This record gives sequence, structure tokens and C-alpha cells, in this order.
Amino acid sequence: MTGMIGKSWLWVAAVALAVLLPWCFYDFHTGRQSGFVLSMLGQMGMMIILALSYNMLLGQSGLFSLCHATFFGMGGYAMVHFLNAAGDGDLPVPMELMPLLAGLASLALAVVFGYMATKQRATAFAMITLGIGELMATAALMFHHFFGGEGGVSTNRTINNSLFGLTYGPSIQVYYLIVAWTFIAALAMFFLTKTPLGRMANATRDNFERAQFMGYDPRMVRFLQFALSGLFAGIGGGLYAVTYEIVTFDALAAPLSANALLMAYIGGTTVFGGPVLGAVLITLLQSGVSLMSNSWLVYVGVLFICMVIFAPSGIAGLILGHRPIVRAGKLGQLVVPYIRVLIPGLLLVLGFVGLVELTSFLTIGAAQGKTLKLNGNEIDVHATMPWLISAVALIGGGAWLWLEARYFRRVWDGLMADLKAADGKAVRVLA
Amino acid sequence: MSTPALSIREITKSFGQTAIIRGVSLDIAAGERHAIIGPNGAGKTTCFNLISGRFPITSGEIHLNGIRIDHLPPHKINRMGLSRSFQITSIFQRLSVFENVRCALLWSRGYRYSFWSPLWRQRELNEQADVLLEDLNLHTRRDIPAGLLSYAEQRALEIGMTIAGGASVILLDEPTAGMSNTETDYAMELIRRVTKGKTLVMVEHDMKVVFDLADVITVLVYGQVIASGPPEAVRANPAVQEAYLGALVE
Amino acid sequence: MEIVLISLLNGLVYGMLLFMLASGLTLIFSMMGVLNFAHASIYMIGAYLAFTVSRFIGFFPALIIAPILCGLLGAGIEVWGLRRVHQNGHIAELLFTFGLVFIIQRGVQMTWGMLPMAYRVPQILDFPLFTLFGANFPAYRGFMLLISAGMLLGTWLLLKKTRVGLIIQAALTHPQMASSLGHNVPAVFTIVFAGGCLLAGLAGVIGGNYQTTEPGMADAMGPIVFVVVVFGGLGSLAGCFIASIIMGMVQTFAVVIDYSLIDLVKPLGISITADNLLTEILTVPVSRIGALLPFAMMILMLLFRPRGLLGTRDT
Repeated sequence: MTGMIGKSWLWVAAVALAVLLPWCFYDFHTGRQSGFVLSMLGQMGMMIILALSYNMLLGQSGLFSLCHATFFGMGGYAMVHFLNAAGDGDLPVPMELMPLLAGLASLALAVVFGYMATKQRATAFAMITLGIGELMATAALMFHHFFGGEGGVSTNRTINNSLFGLTYGPSIQVYYLIVAWTFIAALAMFFLTKTPLGRMANATRDNFERAQFMGYDPRMVRFLQFALSGLFAGIGGGLYAVTYEIVTFDALAAPLSANALLMAYIGGTTVFGGPVLGAVLITLLQSGVSLMSNSWLVYVGVLFICMVIFAPSGIAGLILGHRPIVRAGKLGQLVVPYIRVLIPGLLLVLGFVGLVELTSFLTIGAAQGKTLKLNGNEIDVHATMPWLISAVALIGGGAWLWLEARYFRRVWDGLMADLKAADGKAVRVLA
Repeated sequence: MSTPALSIREITKSFGQTAIIRGVSLDIAAGERHAIIGPNGAGKTTCFNLISGRFPITSGEIHLNGIRIDHLPPHKINRMGLSRSFQITSIFQRLSVFENVRCALLWSRGYRYSFWSPLWRQRELNEQADVLLEDLNLHTRRDIPAGLLSYAEQRALEIGMTIAGGASVILLDEPTAGMSNTETDYAMELIRRVTKGKTLVMVEHDMKVVFDLADVITVLVYGQVIASGPPEAVRANPAVQEAYLGALVE
Repeated sequence: MEIVLISLLNGLVYGMLLFMLASGLTLIFSMMGVLNFAHASIYMIGAYLAFTVSRFIGFFPALIIAPILCGLLGAGIEVWGLRRVHQNGHIAELLFTFGLVFIIQRGVQMTWGMLPMAYRVPQILDFPLFTLFGANFPAYRGFMLLISAGMLLGTWLLLKKTRVGLIIQAALTHPQMASSLGHNVPAVFTIVFAGGCLLAGLAGVIGGNYQTTEPGMADAMGPIVFVVVVFGGLGSLAGCFIASIIMGMVQTFAVVIDYSLIDLVKPLGISITADNLLTEILTVPVSRIGALLPFAMMILMLLFRPRGLLGTRDT
């Protein structure tokens, strides 16, 4: 199976990167890696697991679930209780295996909920998961036992039980635990796509009825996918609990489910690695952009909608769409068209960002007493100039982009037609 | 008198108040090549849908190899040895041609819902899929997404997927619909080859295909059987002639 | 006894408000198969617009202007957004409306700020209509009932007595058929979507000062409205109405019931001594879990009767 071997360098590279990255941000004064970087990278790992497990449903089985965070959160809650039990000496399980326990707890729940949800298809399925998600989030707020009510439940991760003799007190150790489990989970999920269940899940997604007439009960296929996806989400939740040592109802609330959807979709649901890309990107945006602007939700929302309209196969899908061109060695022909598209595109984005930030500071910022700063220079949100510049950039950039986009499209279609003629075979098309 | 492969007893089907099938009875012997013909709207595809379990019957009984199947879900009927193709091509668009065929082989080769056995290591299964592709003359299109095949190629793939599971009773719904003459000839040859020894039930409009392939022809009009028998008898039947030639505009 | 009557009235008011919101969503969902996640966001926009308009012109003009603006917004969304996404499939449509929620949410925050707006009941309606067992029933609530009843009547008349309404009805239950009969279904879609948003906007106008007008109001109303739509069933406004009243009653009455599951068995002499999650579930009073009930009901409905109460098609 060449596809399996061919991409193994990607896996190795990713793991190597994950392992080495914190050391690039080593602070020689304190003798530690940057806490911020560790925290963000750790978050990325958990989100990668969340997004990949979500794509088992959305991208691979065609199931639009709105309660994915439920399994992440329940894994977290379970982990807290497991850790507390371990700390009391009642649970002799080493820390390295704890995330698996959390995953199994979520699996149990996913089996119950999955049985209910997969009884229906499409929109009814989505609605049942919506109900489940809201139900669990509300329950987490209400009940004190197990959920701890509004305050959540907390734990201490130094349970002094490790296969490698680690305490998991320092962040770097927790980080490597996350790296290890992210890798294991991702590998397992990738492997799953190459099994009968994984393939039939794809088949059921493409054509529910056809799958029936091949002897498979599509409902069973979906149920199993749902349950397994819950298992992996639970592992992610377990890692969350270990990292933050506290779990509240946010860990299973709707915004996190929405996040999973965003990450999987923007990254690309048609490629296995798409959600990984999405998770990394969204986490970066969240950590980075949200520091600079509190309107990052608008940007993500707009990005999301643009992808839904123009690029439903996500970023990974877009990248892979270049494959036939790369193989034919004609990528160079796209350099100029890309530059021609990127410049007005940049202008458009800057204009849009400008308007959003100006508006935001006009109302919210004023209330919070903040002012808009660009490179340290304060910008007066009441003056006309900044508004004018932004508006011109937006409209001008938009119009220019529209023209360049048509040119780009022509070049692309031309290239594709050439390749098709040369090959004689059908080639994959963009998006 | 051995058990008929497919036995249909007085089935009726109504959607709400509208009766589509008004009492159809048919016995199809094992190994028989049976064609169902009739004007548009006669209920031929509905019959198929009822037999294969896609829709529930309103009344009557259907037996497959002596066992009653009319209340069973489609996948169970399929496991009992009945497989069907669709009038509108129904394949897995985003999977490769090879994967389409391999999926069709899975259940009958005992794979079930396994999520622990990697498919790339199942040599026999993969070889079987490749052999089938050669049979369908699609081996040159092996790794292309099925949705990108030409129409005739997709129909061939559809037929391949229908027989892949080794079902003993094959239902083909207008297999040559939309095909040119050469494509139809090729498809006929393919059908004849892959359904050898099995029971074939076919809905068709192309009379050349029908009279070439079928041992027995049943004519369905307004949800009822008006004639059933060997081709020459049906051709000479006055009621059939009236149904096809009389009352052209309703 | 007093509690029952007062709760009945309040439940009715809330139920009618839900119906105004849910009816638009049912129409859109039944006809276009799109679950408009942004529906509650339009409701929020209606409330905010009404607040702004009523500050400059007055409440009663706002009652007319705000819904119309929401309708126009809906039309815009449908023509420039939804229609383009339609070809990418069902899930793409869902995702599109999903993304709208974020944008509208933040847009509202940016335009009006993050604090609740002082959107108050107009003075002319700010008096007690009558007193029931010592509690005042505000005239504004009576006004709400009036508007929602009027809207119900108006929608009913539109659907039953006009040609457009007839087409919409047909498309509600048999969209493909309506299309093959030659009706300009895309235009009808736009009208329905815009109409649904108009209704949501109207609900926002009067709901905005019944509840608080603040950026979180879409998140508060949204899920309940979905529950109503699903519970009532596809293709049926009557089902939507019944479901709205039921949900309204359930949520209003739940708040006043202090009993819990354990009270069912208390007469048998069983008492709880343990203190764990199970006992917590058994002893929690219904008043605290009121928020849970609609979701539990929706899940049960979807499991056993996916058509909903009076639905004509499966969800």
C-alpha cells in the first residue's frame, strides 16, 4: 500500500518537529523552555486529537455531530476523578496509561449516546447530538457530584506513578506526554481508515443505500465510528485534565464543539491530515491573534464562510489539488499568477481587518478604555483618515482581486486541461 | 418441482391512497433469466424496490429460496443472497474504482465491521478485486475516483459491484439505460458472462436486450402482470401488443 | 392555584414568543431543508435594531421598520450566500449558517457594545393590565400576545388565502413537486427565507424588552427554538404552534415545581441517606433542571417519532 509508506516521512517530520520545537524557545536565563510556547503546543496536541476524532464523523462518515465536545469533556472529568483516586492510592495505574482510561470512559458514554443518535440520519442525527450536547453541558453546571457544578473539579497530577519515573510536575514532561499520546491517537485513527470499518464508513458517507445492498448495515457502521471517535476525543480530554488540573463545563460546552468543527473543516475534511492543519492554524490564531485583537472570532467566522463557499475541501484539499501540477513539474507556471492574486488579496484582508478593528475600538474598546495602536502609534478611531484608508483598501483590493482571480482561474483551468490531454486519464480537480 | 429462487405472492403497494402495485404474483426459477418489461410508470422499479427491501409491501409475501423476506431490511436480504443494481447509477463517487469493488467484496469474504485488520495486507481480497476489475475491463481506471468515470464505465462498475458479493439472485434495473449501441452490446456480453449460473431478473426497455437475454418475460402494466412466458409467446400476446401499441396518448 | 394560573399565562406569553421565532425557522427548514443556525441571531438583530430605532423615532415605528430590515437582511443572505453554497451540498448549507452565527454575534458586539441595552417597554404600554391573585400582569405581555396572535393570523391568511401562500404550502410538503410544476422555486425560497427572518426580527422587537437585549440572547434562545421546530415536526405550522406552547409551558412551570423524582417514592417510606451523583439526580428539584427538559424531550421525540408531533415528512 504505497500511500501508507509514501507519507511516513511526513509523520516522522511532524513528530520530530513536535519534540524539538520547545527547545527552539529555550530561555537560557531561567533554564526552561518558554512556558507560553509549551502551553500553546500542548493545546495544539489536544486540539489535533479533537479535530481528527471529529473528522472521523464529519469527513469520513458524513455525520454532522454537534456534541463532540461532550466526549472530550467527559474524558476530562473522568480523568480528574481517576487522578484523584490514584493520588489517594486507590488506582494503581501509571500516568502514561491514564489517558487511555479517560478514553475508555468516554467510549462507554459514546456507545450509549451513539446508539441513540445513529438511529437517525442527516439532520435528525445532528439535532439529537445538539440535544445531547446541550443536555450534558447543562447537567455539568447543575450537578455537584462528578461535575462539581459551576466550579468544576480539580486534581493534582503528581500521582507518583510512572513507567519512566517521571513526576509530570514540570510542563515539559506533560508536553511530551501529550506529544506521545497525540501521535498514538493520530496513528490509530489513520490506521482505522484503512480497515474494513473505515472504508465502509466512507462508502456509507458517499452512498447510504448502496452500502446496504452490499450486506452492511450502515447504521452499525456509523454507530461504531461514533463510538470510536468518542474514545479518541476522551483521550484528548484526559490530556486536558492532566495539563490544567481542573475541568469545568467549558470542556464540554457548545463553543468547543464548534471549535472542533471549525478546525476540521478549515483544515480540510477530505484529507486525513486536514484537521491537523486546521487544529494548528486555529490554535495559532487563537493564541496569537486573540492577543492582538479581540475580534478574532469575526476573522475565523469570515474565513470559515469563505471556505464553505469557495473551498469546501479545506486548506489541505486546496494544497492537494496542486498535486497533478506538481507531478507534471509545472508548478513554476503558477508563481506569477499567485503573486498577482496575493497582493490584492492582502490589500483586501488589511482593509477588512482595519474596518473591523476600527469599529471594534469605536464601541467596545471605548467602553474598555483601550485605544487602537499600530506599531506603537495610537490611531484615533474618530478621525476619518483611518476609515477612508481601510475602506479604500477593502473595496479597491476586492475589485482588483476579482479581476486577478479570473486570470488565475484561466491559468489554472488551462494547466488542468493540458495535463488531462497529456495524460489521457482523468485528474483530480480543484476543490 | 424445486423451490423457486424468487417467489412473489399477490404483492400490493400503495403510497398513501395511490396504488402502484395492484397484486403481482411471480415465480422465478433458479438459474432463470427473467425480464420485466412494461410502459413507463407500470411499477417495474417499484417491484424491484419491494423485493430488495427498499420499500415495505402493503400486502402479500415475498420468498427468497423458500425463506420469507418481505419484512426484512435491505442489508439482511442482501446477506441472504439477493443483490441489485439501480436505475440511477449508485456507486461510491469519492472512492477509487478499485475500492468500490473491494467494498462490494468485503462482507461476502467475511470481513464484517473489523477495525483491526488492515486492508492493504489482505492479499487474496485485493487480488480478487483486481481480477473482477479485469473482468469489467476497468483495470486501467483502477485508482481513479469512481465519480470521474464515463457513464458507461460507471454502469459497468455498478454491475460489477452488484455481482461481486456472490449473490445467487441478481436484480438489474435498466442496466443499459442511456447507452449507445456498441456500449449496449458490450454490457450485454458482460451481463451474460457475470451472471452465468445465477438467477437474473432484469428490468429493461431495450427490446433487443430483452429478447436476446431473457428466458422468460413478464409484462407489467399499471401495477399488474398482463402476460408472462417465453419471449415468442409474449411477443404474440394480443394484450401485450395493445399495451404497447394501443392508447399511445393518455 | 394562583401559581398555576399565573404560570399558565406566563407560559402562554413565552410560548407565543417562541412560536414567532420557531415558525419562521419551520418554514425555512421545511421548505429548503436548511436548518438556519443563524435564526436566533436574526432575532437578536431585530431586538437591537428595534432598540436603536425606538431611541430615535419611537417604539411603534420600530415595530414595523426593524422586522422589514431583518427581512431584507435575510433576502441578502439567501441570494448572495445560501444560494451559492447550495450546490456544495446540504452540510455546506448548515455550515454556512453556522458560520453566520459567529459573524453576527461579533458584529452586534462591535456595533452596539458588549453591555445589555436599555431597551425598555414603551411607557404607553407600561402598566398592569390586570391583577391576578395579587400579582400584576403587565399590559406589555398582553400586547405581546396580541402581536403574536396577529402574526399567527396574518401568516395563516397569507398561506391559505393567497396564491403565493398556496405555492409556499405546496413547497413546504413537496418541494420537488412544486419545482417541477414550473414555479420559480428559487424566488420562492428567497421570499420564504426573507419572510422567516422578518418573523424572527418581529419576535426580536417585542421579545427584546421582555428579555434582556444583550449579545448573549441569541445563544440563550437558539437551542430552544430548534427543539420546538424539531418537536413540532417538519412541514407543519400547527405542530410548531403546539410545540411552542408546550415548551413554553414546560419551561415556565418547571421553575415553580419544587418536587423531585424522590418525591414520587417518598410516600412509600423510602428515604435517601447516601450522597452521590445518583442521589443527586433523584433529589434535584424540577425547578433546577428546567433548562434540561426541552432537550430531553427533543431527544425522546427524535428517537421514537422522528416526524415530530404533526410533521408530514421525516426530519
